[in-house]
Amino acid sequence: MTETIELSINSKLEFVDLVASVTKSVTAKMGFSEDDASWIELAVHEAVINAIMHGNRNAADKQVDVRFVTEEEALTVYVRDHGAGFDPAHLPDPTDSDHLLNPSGRGIFYMRTFMDEVEHSIHPEGGSVVRMKKNKRGN
Amino acid sequence: MANLNIKDRQTNDVTILDLSGKITIGEGSVQLREAVRRQLDEGHKKILLNLGDVSYVDSSGIGELVSSYTTTNHNGGQLKLLNQTKKIHDLLTITKLLTVFESFDNEEAAVASFK
Repeated sequence: MTETIELSINSKLEFVDLVASVTKSVTAKMGFSEDDASWIELAVHEAVINAIMHGNRNAADKQVDVRFVTEEEALTVYVRDHGAGFDPAHLPDPTDSDHLLNPSGRGIFYMRTFMDEVEHSIHPEGGSVVRMKKNKRGN
Repeated sequence: MANLNIKDRQTNDVTILDLSGKITIGEGSVQLREAVRRQLDEGHKKILLNLGDVSYVDSSGIGELVSSYTTTNHNGGQLKLLNQTKKIHDLLTITKLLTVFESFDNEEAAVASFK
């Protein structure tokens, strides 16, 4: 059975912990391992931070919409901003020796590492959407 | 966002910063940056970050560890890590930063390693 949980926050860093609390509840309810749950939490955290800072460019009145879709064997999280659109295709590889000591640029790399699927798209009504899927393993 | 608590102490000429809490975007990262900057301004150039009680780190926190390392190097100092948690170890490994930092599990050995 598919279930959906949605929340929207203003683009303020103080609300990011609120999303983390919901993420924790969802992964615990679904029975993810402690390790997987903490990496999912980090991936969602990074996506929300990107939506606030790069998507909405810290405009506090712009919303970040987070939607958790739970299925028996997988969790899919959608994070949407309401900004001008964000293209992650041209991001440098943070593990490249030229970028290794960069102070930023690792968030999407962590998201792609810890989730089974990560896909960025443009929402038809504006803004960017990142869809991240994590399959449950035999834990 | 929850705070990062930082306490400093001296062992020989090494400054040990005991970190507890979260190193995340915003306050946590800024607190770490300011603490390292303060030590360098005071002429303390051998800095050991004790991460044993750090409960959570995000990409910004990892970036701040990198910045602390490069800032200290640029000021003629050395910055090393003590008591990496498994999560921090994993995050550093994935982004190939493990080889950048000199890291220890034993404080005495860490202090002795500074030249």
